[in-house]
Amino acid sequence: MTAKLQLIGIKKKLRGRQVLDGVDIDVAARRSLVIIGGSGQGKSVTLKCALGLMKPDEGKVLVDGADVTKMPPEIRARVMRKFGMLFQGGALFDSLTVWENIAFRLLYADKIARPEAKERAIEAMRKVRLAQEFADVRPIELSGGMQKRAGLARAIIAKPDILFFDEPTTGLDPITADAINDLIVEMVKELGCAAVSITHDMPSARKIADEIAMLHNGKIVWRGPTASLDTSGNAMVEQFVAGRADGPIQAVV
Amino acid sequence: MINPFAPIGRGVLAGLAEIGRFAAFAGRSAASCFAPPFFLGQFLRQCMAVGYYSLPVIGLTAVFIGAALALNIYVGGARFNAESFVPNIVVLGITRELGPVLAGLMLAGRVSAGIAAEIGTMRVTEQLDAMTTLSTDPFKFLIAPRVLAATLTLPLLVLIADIIGVMGGYLVATYSLDFNGATYLRNTFNFLESQDVVLGLVKAAVFGFIIAVMGAYQGFNSSGGALGVGRATTNAVVGSIVLILAVNYLITAFFVE
Ligand SMILES: Nc1ncnc2c1ncn2[C@@H]1O[C@H](COP(=O)(O)OP(=O)(O)O)[C@@H](O)[C@H]1O
Ligand SMILES: [Mg+2]
Repeated sequence: MTAKLQLIGIKKKLRGRQVLDGVDIDVAARRSLVIIGGSGQGKSVTLKCALGLMKPDEGKVLVDGADVTKMPPEIRARVMRKFGMLFQGGALFDSLTVWENIAFRLLYADKIARPEAKERAIEAMRKVRLAQEFADVRPIELSGGMQKRAGLARAIIAKPDILFFDEPTTGLDPITADAINDLIVEMVKELGCAAVSITHDMPSARKIADEIAMLHNGKIVWRGPTASLDTSGNAMVEQFVAGRADGPIQAVV
Repeated sequence: MINPFAPIGRGVLAGLAEIGRFAAFAGRSAASCFAPPFFLGQFLRQCMAVGYYSLPVIGLTAVFIGAALALNIYVGGARFNAESFVPNIVVLGITRELGPVLAGLMLAGRVSAGIAAEIGTMRVTEQLDAMTTLSTDPFKFLIAPRVLAATLTLPLLVLIADIIGVMGGYLVATYSLDFNGATYLRNTFNFLESQDVVLGLVKAAVFGFIIAVMGAYQGFNSSGGALGVGRATTNAVVGSIVLILAVNYLITAFFVE
């Protein structure tokens, strides 16, 4: 079976530092991959390269086997339409209402009429269990958890093939975080899409991952099924999972 | 071995690289104004924000400058017994120079800073990235409407500023300098040539473009949280003011020749 999304040998240098030094990951349809790793290890940069928001210096990004980095812009844009992304801080547009945020792609990329777009936005809000009364308020009036829900609704509204999550639970209390994790699992199952998430929150990783990969020093140093996380035999993974300061990984403070 | 010229060379190269990046950004901004998709709603909203809400600032600036200009020219003209030229020089100074330049400088503060702060905040909170993943080009959705609105509304604002500025001069001349109102206005309009107004409006359009593109450029390239957005805002104001004054000279020199 060919992978839905595959990154091969991605290298990226930023401000003179080799942030990614040959990253290889792949994820099949209906599978959920979680990338773990310390802060500043390049998890977000990896997602941005996959999404085409950053151009890798070297390497390939294959979607359904076709290299996105070599496509002409129009075709590439069509492939990108299959992506949905939930950003770390939600990244909701604060000049628009919540429903306009959720329906942004429908309104401005697909030019769907406002009444229909609003109907679909409200349907997406129901799916992520965001009360309809918030449809007409500005995102700034939502709590952190509700902003994540709105961001998730925006990511799923056009039924993507691949969903990306950048630290979906960071900054949330444990109960809200768990609710967001449940929602992610549910959405991935319902849409039948592939999912790539990054997190340094281990309970979250265990909950949403079929497979886990660890990024360290610009490379994937370990990957395996979620069940094998505690028997990885990799000193770096063991240290990270246990959350110890001493070990092969130096805490950068 | 330390080469004393190395830092100078590096500085010049960095400056040239920055100019090149800005020029490329300006070109891409201009191109995105003419290629679909167009966002009419965004454009109209920006016309209100840039044009309509700048009217008070522009009007106040113009009336005071017109009035002060009339007084100064009266005093200066008296040295050559040339007080009667007040209306001619006031209208010339306002339409060709002070109207567009002052409107440009005021909007560099109001509009360029606003655009830099808004787009800069969208950059550091990943809203620009989010827009791209939603298959919408920020150049089309955010930058083109602002650039078009500023380029088209600034000439209108300057036209209004010209009229208000002349009125400022007229008020001072008739109330405190004993000019005859009808004569003042007749001298103003008989003297004025259409090329004076056209020069001012051409300048205004160019300044509007500079203001919007500089704000967008600084915001688009900002990084580093609130501090970075603050820096982008300052750079937008300073950058557009310097560019406006330099380009003002070039356009004037070109028209005079
Ligand atoms: N746009 C950028 N420009 C320059 N450096 C960046 C940029 N984005 C990230 N970096 C740098 O790349 C490194 C990895 O960042 P990131 O991928 O955000 O880490 P994380 O694993 O915490 O998500 C950091 O050192 C960061 O400073
Ligand atoms: Mg990150």
